[in-house]
Amino acid sequence: MPIDFPKSTRRAFLTSAVAGTAIAASMGHGWAQSTLVPLAEYVPTFLSPTEWAFLMAAVARLIPSGERSPGAIEARVPVFIDLQLAGEFGQASDWYMSAPHVPDSDPLLGFQASLTPALIYRQGIAAFDTWCEVAHGAPFAKLDADTQDLALTALEGGKVKLSPDLRDFFDLLLQNTKEGFFADPMYGGNAGMVGWLHIGFPGARASYREWNDPATDNVRYPMGPVSISGERA
Amino acid sequence: MARNDPRKDVVIVGLGWTGAIAGIELAKEGLEILALERGADRATVPDFQYPNVADELRYGVRYGFMQKPVNSTLTLRHNSSQTAMPMRHLGSFLPGDGVGGAGIHWNGNTWRPQPEELRLRSYAIETFGANVIPEDMTIQDWGVSYDELEPYFDRFEYMLGLSGQAGKLNGEVIAGGNPFEGSRKRPYPMPPLQMQMGPRMFRDKAEAMGLHPFPMPAANASEAYVNEYGMQLGPCNYCGFCERYGCLNYSKSSPQTCILDALKRYPNFAYRTHCDVLKVELATDGKTATGVTYWDEAAGEDVFQPADLVILAAFSLHNTHLCLLSGIGQPYDPATNEGVTGRNYAYQMTGGTTLFYQDLSFNPFIGSGSTSYVIDDYGTNANDFAALGFVGGSYIHASQSNGQPIRSMSLPKGVAKWGASWKQGTKDWYGRSMSIATHGSNMAYRDCYLSLDPTYRDPHGRPLLRMTFDWKPNDIAMTQYMKTRIEDVVQAMKPTSFASSYKDASSHYDVRPYQSTHNVGGTAMGLDRRTSVLNRYQQA
Repeated sequence: MPIDFPKSTRRAFLTSAVAGTAIAASMGHGWAQSTLVPLAEYVPTFLSPTEWAFLMAAVARLIPSGERSPGAIEARVPVFIDLQLAGEFGQASDWYMSAPHVPDSDPLLGFQASLTPALIYRQGIAAFDTWCEVAHGAPFAKLDADTQDLALTALEGGKVKLSPDLRDFFDLLLQNTKEGFFADPMYGGNAGMVGWLHIGFPGARASYREWNDPATDNVRYPMGPVSISGERA
Repeated sequence: MARNDPRKDVVIVGLGWTGAIAGIELAKEGLEILALERGADRATVPDFQYPNVADELRYGVRYGFMQKPVNSTLTLRHNSSQTAMPMRHLGSFLPGDGVGGAGIHWNGNTWRPQPEELRLRSYAIETFGANVIPEDMTIQDWGVSYDELEPYFDRFEYMLGLSGQAGKLNGEVIAGGNPFEGSRKRPYPMPPLQMQMGPRMFRDKAEAMGLHPFPMPAANASEAYVNEYGMQLGPCNYCGFCERYGCLNYSKSSPQTCILDALKRYPNFAYRTHCDVLKVELATDGKTATGVTYWDEAAGEDVFQPADLVILAAFSLHNTHLCLLSGIGQPYDPATNEGVTGRNYAYQMTGGTTLFYQDLSFNPFIGSGSTSYVIDDYGTNANDFAALGFVGGSYIHASQSNGQPIRSMSLPKGVAKWGASWKQGTKDWYGRSMSIATHGSNMAYRDCYLSLDPTYRDPHGRPLLRMTFDWKPNDIAMTQYMKTRIEDVVQAMKPTSFASSYKDASSHYDVRPYQSTHNVGGTAMGLDRRTSVLNRYQQA
């Protein structure tokens, strides 16, 4: 699995230290965040600039940011998805991809596309952007938030005509967005464990013997999350 | 170029539970044994160690410990008139690979069959008349009785180290256990696990309604334990990473925690990993196995391994596949209802109801795969098949196994799947729900079977296994009955709201969502050669 290694240049550190102030307040310990390259300067591994712009806009609607409530952007979900698409998941390394493919077969028989997830994103983003231009006059990233929500709803509901190879595009996008919000931060998303803090999941603590006692019934577990690398919040 | 290796007394295909048990028992007899495992070697350290294994994305979502479809998969269709499609990524069921097999990533729920289930056809006919069995239902007796097997169940449970509460001990019903179970000669080796609030809420209400809740029989140690091989278990710490994960705490029974380190001490036992058995070789009589041919990945060559005894100890689907590829047993033909190999493939019928409580905190991340209270009041031997209109039954359980948020995020009606509504919903409702579910029977049918696919092939060029399977009215009726039983308890538990999900008359088998890895049949055992691949001693 690829890992979102911090790019520890002095410039990146200084820029992100400023840009990260607003969200650091809600994250407690922000050290990991402050050493990550800021999203605006992140150079995608797999996605093209156009695809990156789409993804930044789309995940911001799927898990929107609130005033004191980080969303997919603060969690760096686009970084997570870019790295996943560049890695084994995006390349379908574990999947059976032998021909013949019948992508329009009964959905109950499962995924049958001839494309890897990475290529479903590539072709799906292009097709969806084209649809947005025809239906709403601009590619997805250039639409206002309400129109973006309408467009995503159309995509989700099968109202955007896509080739059968792309029928899982929205489901993949939504699933990967949620993964990027809740997966361990080592994969590039859930930065500062904001996804876990949002719901009260303690991450990789994985030891609760004394908390599995009737005396603690209906008492909310009090400890914050830890990540696999030992980050706390 | 094929390599010929020196003869062994025994070759074992697959080093999971079955291979490890056969391996150590035969090693004690002094036989020369080689076990061949298609996947990687695995040990608690480093493969399951803390904190690396507490990784939902890698193991829970991307199936890190499961078989990779690129190496091994099958094709699926609902009936014989369809063209089967390959299972390109995992979903409905999750076979393991690697040393330990699925024995590392199970939940540890460990049941004995009911005495009636081992002779289900005879029991149904004797008790309710032949008419209760639909024409296309091909259930049969196993050819072994509960009483014959009881000593082996007992030894198995003490070898694994189970935590539980006996319900019937030497014929006497014990309060707090399962009164519908077959009689056992000894209590469980360890007391039950400590259950969380949700399962206990179910227990209390079920008890008040006159039902018989008991703790799930758990292959998760509730205290320190040493088994007959000298292997040691430590008490479960309710880490919340049980199913789909290897145990980080030496608490869940697995070949690793219960057998393998003891087995590896026998100099007459050896095992090789990344060795994929391609075929069982037969003598010219077509009946006697002479050994196996396998692909040795490290050497990059096929190997013939001669052996006097060949034990197929892989996952049920792979054992059937190997039998079909090797000409063991006549392949089953649903058109004529003749042949045996691939016959009577069956699965499991699942469903459940989620209860939402706006004022309760369940701390869902605290749990093990077997922290459950269960009722067996609607199990197979408690149901009147004639009155209810179906053959079979189900246990009903309230479990708290994990709170891993990518997969375990139950949200009530009215919360959208994305956007501000979803985000607020996750904040409001994570940790505020519990569930009550059914794990029910699925009978065997004439047109549900396993065969070889005519189109799709694996990396060795062998035809993939093909599964022909769909839900049948008998089992839909069963699960709909369980829905009414569960919802009765749910309503008495007064949740803020609840949401049910059960198969109904319009349901067809969906390979996408996870349901169960209890894939059974294909190499049935029994007393009649015309309907069974194996005799009552599991010999082909």
